[in-house]
Amino acid sequence: MNDAVTSDDMLHAPLVIEYGFMRTTGPVIGAFLTALLDRRVLGIRAVDGRVVCPPTEYDPSTGEPLTDMVEVADVGTVTSWSWVSEVRDGQPLDRPHALALVQLDGADTSMLHVVDVPGGSGSISTGDRVRIRWADEPQGLITDITCFEPIGDDR
Amino acid sequence: MSTDVDRSISAMPEDLWTQPAPNLPFDPSGEAVQRVCIPAAMTYDYSPGLAQSRFLRGLAEKKILGERCPATGEVYVPPRGVSPVSGLPTTEQVEVGPKATITAFCVVHIGFGVNAPPTPFVSALFLPDGAAVSLYGTVQEIPHDQVRAGMRVEPVWVDDDQLTTSMENIRYWRPIDEPDVPTEQLKGHM
Repeated sequence: MNDAVTSDDMLHAPLVIEYGFMRTTGPVIGAFLTALLDRRVLGIRAVDGRVVCPPTEYDPSTGEPLTDMVEVADVGTVTSWSWVSEVRDGQPLDRPHALALVQLDGADTSMLHVVDVPGGSGSISTGDRVRIRWADEPQGLITDITCFEPIGDDR
Repeated sequence: MSTDVDRSISAMPEDLWTQPAPNLPFDPSGEAVQRVCIPAAMTYDYSPGLAQSRFLRGLAEKKILGERCPATGEVYVPPRGVSPVSGLPTTEQVEVGPKATITAFCVVHIGFGVNAPPTPFVSALFLPDGAAVSLYGTVQEIPHDQVRAGMRVEPVWVDDDQLTTSMENIRYWRPIDEPDVPTEQLKGHM
């Protein structure tokens, strides 16, 4: 940087580049999102009998189309997590939180979502039991699940 | 800024692509979700650089300021700080225009953005008098089918109390009563 240049010489202005993508969901993801309006969670049964949640349209192993959707619970288990200590604009919560893989009861795979951990990073462990905190007014979006929260207040 | 536009999705031909309907374990109470809006945005703090900062400050005084290449003598606008021909730093600031000549234009039938005029309108490149390259803008106060390359124009500025360090200070360009410039003289200046 040239020392003769000061920031006062240089103009600057906010520039937002935004794309308002409208995405078609397809029948399977659409059904998953539609169920969220009822505060219920759907997975889909794979060819080998496992329940994949969130559901996939095709079998993860064989690629065959899947159609057998099954309801899973709104409680589950943290299978992996990382800690977001510095929250940035647009993140799901305005305070430090965990991003975690949560395996809902009845599912054989995990979904990536947010865990609100009031006690901080020292209060979450793999294997913790968590429950969905639903949005006040579901919209048919994944954000209808505001976050997960630890079950019980003993932490 | 809202840019919501109702764009209907065109139907795909029958049998081009199919996917079996899934079986649901219960009847949902809500209307089936078929589309979701997933906006993606990147927020920058944009700086145009020193040379264009000088240019934009000039616009705030209704001046179009180019900068001269020390090797070729040509004036480039908006200035980038170096000559695109010689690669040498430009040092001499030169006021160009405000009268200009249309070097190229396009009749726009599909509107875009928030500041675009009603369609059809003409977007064009304007070569300010004294400059070697053209500025982009729109032509108004003339029917779109009467715009010509070589046509003489002048900028229409926003009101003085609306002037900022922005290209938007020039609302549009309009024809002036001067004879067209022969297009041969515009070669190399687009």
